[in-house]
Amino acid sequence: MNSSRTFSIPTKWIVPALGALAVLSALLSLCLGAVPLDPGEVLAALLGRGGGPAARIVLYARLPRTCGCLLAGAALAAAGTIIQGVLGNPLAAPNIIGVNAGAGFCTAVCAALWPAWTAAVPFAAFLGALGGVGLVLFIGSRTGASKTTLVLAGVAVSGMFSAGIDAVLTFFPDALNGYTDFRVGGVANLSMSRVTPAFWVILAAFGLALSLAGELDVLLLGEETARSLGLPARRLRLILLALAAALAGAAVSFAGLLGFVGLIAPHIARRLAGEDSSARLLLAAALGGAALLTVCDVLARTLFAPYELPVGVVLSLLGGPFFLWLLLRQRRGRGMGRA
Amino acid sequence: MLEVNHLSVGYPGRRVLEDVSLAVRPGRVLALLGPNGCGKSTLLRTLPGLLPPLGGEILLDGKPLGDYSPRQAAQKIAYLPQSRAVPSITARRMVLHGRFPYLSYPRRYRREDYEAVDRALAAAGALDLADRPLPELSGGQRQKVYLALALAQETETILMDEPTTYLDVRHQLETLALLRRLAGEGRGAAVVLHDLCLALTAADDVAVLGEGRLLALGGPKEIFQSGILARVMGVRLDRVAGPEGWRYFCELRSED
Repeated sequence: MNSSRTFSIPTKWIVPALGALAVLSALLSLCLGAVPLDPGEVLAALLGRGGGPAARIVLYARLPRTCGCLLAGAALAAAGTIIQGVLGNPLAAPNIIGVNAGAGFCTAVCAALWPAWTAAVPFAAFLGALGGVGLVLFIGSRTGASKTTLVLAGVAVSGMFSAGIDAVLTFFPDALNGYTDFRVGGVANLSMSRVTPAFWVILAAFGLALSLAGELDVLLLGEETARSLGLPARRLRLILLALAAALAGAAVSFAGLLGFVGLIAPHIARRLAGEDSSARLLLAAALGGAALLTVCDVLARTLFAPYELPVGVVLSLLGGPFFLWLLLRQRRGRGMGRA
Repeated sequence: MLEVNHLSVGYPGRRVLEDVSLAVRPGRVLALLGPNGCGKSTLLRTLPGLLPPLGGEILLDGKPLGDYSPRQAAQKIAYLPQSRAVPSITARRMVLHGRFPYLSYPRRYRREDYEAVDRALAAAGALDLADRPLPELSGGQRQKVYLALALAQETETILMDEPTTYLDVRHQLETLALLRRLAGEGRGAAVVLHDLCLALTAADDVAVLGEGRLLALGGPKEIFQSGILARVMGVRLDRVAGPEGWRYFCELRSED
């Protein structure tokens, strides 16, 4: 099955291996920080048996942050996988085609106008994400929907929404005070009350996306073939993009405008897990994205301790070069294996 | 049986073919012939409902095609498009998607689906390619895999848009032999072909399209004798008696 893969791990072990990696990175994230804790203390605190400052650090500072990283990483990676597949474009990702910026704009508006409604933020973000992807698709369909046009339209739409975020922040300077580093994405000072509503949205959207993996597989054969196999291709494309918008929107609603994880994680997952099964690919991307973001966050707060970098900065420092490498590879016509 | 009456096909604002009546009958191979741009592919795309007809009716087993859900229709009609995506998946996985119309949500492929895939791969002569990733295959090999995809659907009717492009002569002949075999199993096939000579040899019925309509419909001999095919294609068409029946050949018309 995997004679041509660059990596020699059998594909069926990839998902469990990435799962283990995600768990490991979560443990690392709970243990490391300004006050290093040993795994025993962390476990005791998690099981409710610990006491004192260690338990408080774990439960109120590190646990929300770790959960936030795992969730945001998984959601953005899954959203990226879906978007790349549905648009047949390896350069598409939630932050590139306007999904993240749309979600960010609505998050800012919601936080500015109704500061008390934290539970509504993920839904506002979902609407914004949907607006972003809808606008890009509309422009794309009007101009012929070539792969480059979609990316360019996404850049334009992202720019507009970003300007919108700035405008909101000019009028309501305190709107995003609950977020550290909203513009580059950050997970410091997260509280469970912000992560929990997003968790339910992400869980539901990911479950639905996973259940539609067979449909996504068929969609990848091209619209003509998909429809001849009885798949309502256009409706399904919209449903899948809406699910991607929900995933990305929920992540942005608490972590801000994290870029790159939605682009990198799907590509790494493709290389590791292959593209035979979208279900496996989605799981691999989500687990890989969760691990990647969590590790980036650990680096962000340990590299220059006592100073902390926003996790988005570390991610961009790693993700930028990766994206460029991808572009160079693309020019040689090997991207995503499409002819 | 797939049957169309007074069908008009084309795109909004541009009618390509008008008043086409023909049938894809079980056990027979129907070749659609005509010059480039005459609407062969447009007609073939309209037959399974991929393109809405501009007029007339499409009947599947006597009932309007619109009465069937897309999934039900896909269990009865397989369609091999002219342009095909090349996703980074193995050939077997690709062919497995031919079983998609038989599964309900959430899709889980069953043992019998995998068996159907092996049968289809074997029939298309692509069994040895099963575990190779599609992007690594040559154009002709990919063509076989696509053929297997259509076969895995196990439909009564198969529509193929130029199944012999990219194939060398042996594989072209093999593809036509496969069509004959499918007809022998009682299935009906409609095929767009560019090679008139192959088409006249292999088909039971020939539909000649041109000038925005169906110009002629009949057996290869009849069509040949009427001279309509040669006229619409702008060539001289002739035949010689071979050991296994008539063999046709085309030449440029000498200026007269």
